Amino acid sequence: MHNQDFFNQAFVYLMAAVVSVPLAKKLGLGSVLGYLLAGIAIGPFALGMIGQDGTDIMHFAEFGVVMMLFLIGLELKPSLLWKMRGSIFGLGGLQVLVTTIVIAGGSMFFKHSFSQAISIGLILAISSTAIVIQSLAEKKLLKTESGKSAFSVLLFQDIAVIPILAVLPLLAQNAMKNRNEHGAAVKLHDAVVQHDVSVLDGWLQLLVIIGLVVAIILTGRFISRHIFRFIASTGIREIFTAAALLMVISIALAMEKVGLSPALGTFLAGMVLADNEYRHEIETDIEPFKGLLLGLFFIAVGAGIDFKLFFQKPFVVLFLLGSLIIVKFIVLLVLGKLFRLGAGKGISLAMTLAQGGEFAFVLISFSQQNNLFSNDTASLLIITVALSMAITPVLLIINEKLIQPLYVKRQNSEQEADNIDEDDSPVIIAGFGRFGLIAGRLLIANGIKTIVLDNNPKNIQILRKFGLKVYYGDASRPDLLHAAGADKAKVLILAIDDKEKSLEIAEYVKRKYPHLKLLARAIDLRHLFEYFSKDIRTVKVEVFDSAVEVGKTALKELGFTNYQANRAALTFKEHNRNNIPVLYEHWLEDKKKYIREARRYANELEEQLIAEKEHSIHDSDSAWDSTTIREEINDRLKGK
Amino acid sequence: MNKILILFAHPAIHKSRVNAKMIEVVSGLNSVTVNNLYQEYPDFFINIKKEQQLLVQHEIVIWHHPLYWHSAPSIIKEWFDLVLQHNFAYGKNGNALRGKKAISVITTGGSKEAYSKKGHNKYTIPQFLLGIKQSAILCKMSYLPPYVVHGTHLLEESDISKIARDYEQAIIALRDNELDMIELGKCTYLNDYLFKGTDK
Repeated sequence: MHNQDFFNQAFVYLMAAVVSVPLAKKLGLGSVLGYLLAGIAIGPFALGMIGQDGTDIMHFAEFGVVMMLFLIGLELKPSLLWKMRGSIFGLGGLQVLVTTIVIAGGSMFFKHSFSQAISIGLILAISSTAIVIQSLAEKKLLKTESGKSAFSVLLFQDIAVIPILAVLPLLAQNAMKNRNEHGAAVKLHDAVVQHDVSVLDGWLQLLVIIGLVVAIILTGRFISRHIFRFIASTGIREIFTAAALLMVISIALAMEKVGLSPALGTFLAGMVLADNEYRHEIETDIEPFKGLLLGLFFIAVGAGIDFKLFFQKPFVVLFLLGSLIIVKFIVLLVLGKLFRLGAGKGISLAMTLAQGGEFAFVLISFSQQNNLFSNDTASLLIITVALSMAITPVLLIINEKLIQPLYVKRQNSEQEADNIDEDDSPVIIAGFGRFGLIAGRLLIANGIKTIVLDNNPKNIQILRKFGLKVYYGDASRPDLLHAAGADKAKVLILAIDDKEKSLEIAEYVKRKYPHLKLLARAIDLRHLFEYFSKDIRTVKVEVFDSAVEVGKTALKELGFTNYQANRAALTFKEHNRNNIPVLYEHWLEDKKKYIREARRYANELEEQLIAEKEHSIHDSDSAWDSTTIREEINDRLKGK
Repeated sequence: MNKILILFAHPAIHKSRVNAKMIEVVSGLNSVTVNNLYQEYPDFFINIKKEQQLLVQHEIVIWHHPLYWHSAPSIIKEWFDLVLQHNFAYGKNGNALRGKKAISVITTGGSKEAYSKKGHNKYTIPQFLLGIKQSAILCKMSYLPPYVVHGTHLLEESDISKIARDYEQAIIALRDNELDMIELGKCTYLNDYLFKGTDK
């Protein structure tokens, strides 16, 4: 590709996305539909700004789906997956099985051979992970019951792609035999063995696959941590990003080599890394790539819809599209009932998954290579799948706006349990150095789940050993705070060393997460006042308490009793607490007058010392002072 | 209308069944100030000026606490030690509390029978409270019979909400009504005076 060409293309795609996605979002259509419409608009059948190269782009952009599954894996601990095994294999398995049978039956009715019918059924049974997950995530529905069910089904489908890839060539052989019998001689035996899956002998193949999976798990568990720590310690951000990308890409490549779905492989890798301390950092690094590639993918799907074919055979296409959606819808609805989803949730699930998926494109071209069916059939299948994908966001909107409101009342009683994620921690500590560490220890000692963000790899290594949830990262990055669960946590302890950054974070958190109680550490009085000026009052000056403790010990050394010294310290603290608002007012005035920082500090100190001179430490202890009583008694004795 | 100051002391309110309910129902009442001492002074560093001001601003002072070791939880004693200063609360020039009324509100696991000469505890609740009574008298206050909730360990949820409602009624009565000191003098417990004629 020439440079010029590349920039032209990039310009067209980016422009289409930038124009249409925000528009679609504002109109309440969701970003996925926006991308698809953008694709249709710039595709060969509307503006014609991109031509055949759309398919190449699509293959490239499919990598976005791979990244998406990697990110989903990161969010999903193996234990959680184990809990979902029932719906993955039950609901997912039955969905693929029943849908395949029904569609195959229909195809045979339209004079397709048995092998062709089965492959069409298998191809169309798969739904679109990309569109569904993206749409659900955007509507924040992933953690609802129907969202989880949809995810289970999609996960099973992604797993099912592997055996399907293995079965298709066999079906092709079978189909060819039949055709040979019918006299249509084709000599494409080599096509059957073209794909990597069948290159190796069966057992060896299995061994390689198992070896690779084990390698991914071992590397993810034991080695990746050290590599990421090493890279993090160099402090070069973009190399960390590069490493994260490299990891995803190399897993995808390896998976493809042994004939597994790259998406599934990266999903597995993601899961292995789910409790890695660098998880949040990796997540935030990969996220934008995933987003853009996925957008590109949706655009490519939109651009790839063959409207010429549509106008040639509008009724055939519409019939196929309608049947596909209705068959998948009904199968899912029935299965939803079987798995005791509420009626409203069942419809949600069925609406969500009633389309063909991106794997269909792969499987169709693979089947074509294997000469399973004619180009005509393939094109019809492709346009049906593409249209069904494009229509999904519309179905989701219909479901959300028109159908779900009918079930709202009933849902309210059965809902709730949905959103509780046992991983949510009520406390986030940003900065786990000498200060955050102590606050954190107190919390952990009291059994409070705490997430820690720190960008010193050394600390992380030690703390992980003691079973804390410590993540590498710079808390001043909004996306990282989000990934750590700032929208669900109750308290944020802000204890990072950098004054400017801490103030930035405080301001951001106050604006973005008003529910989150912010407890900040100030390095000194001026830092404290900076917080005050941002209307953040829950701040502690870091060394004050321990310095008072030392002063107290000094008083004891000089002959104060322990209790006396303790009360002197408490009184002093109280006095200081009362004095701070006054100092703050003066600081503000001085600031307005542009008095230099050093001068202001001197003013402060002077004021403090004067105030302390005036206050008497014995004020608070006069209850134990019998002077006045003795005086009174003496007066009485003298007087009478 | 009398202004009432409730000095409440319970070191583990999160474990309390009866006191938590009682203090909850009186917390929002008009002209009633609840001063939760353990909450205000977790380190026992009592703000003397503030406490003295509160005393001056109210006509009726209530010490509300469970009975611990036949007496009050320790912060009540700390409060007495620090707040009732010479020349504020007592002494020739200590007249800030003169004429105010003082009451103890007590919860206890023991029954009324257990707190009698023949009972398990040998003495009555008013006898155990003599130290507080005499302190109040020294401060020129009139110390009324205590308001007592007995047998707290055996109470069911429904009993507790009844007790809380009664307490609310009692506080409202103290706030809104003039007390007949002669009638009151005949009663062992404030409960008897407030709820005479009713089933309690």
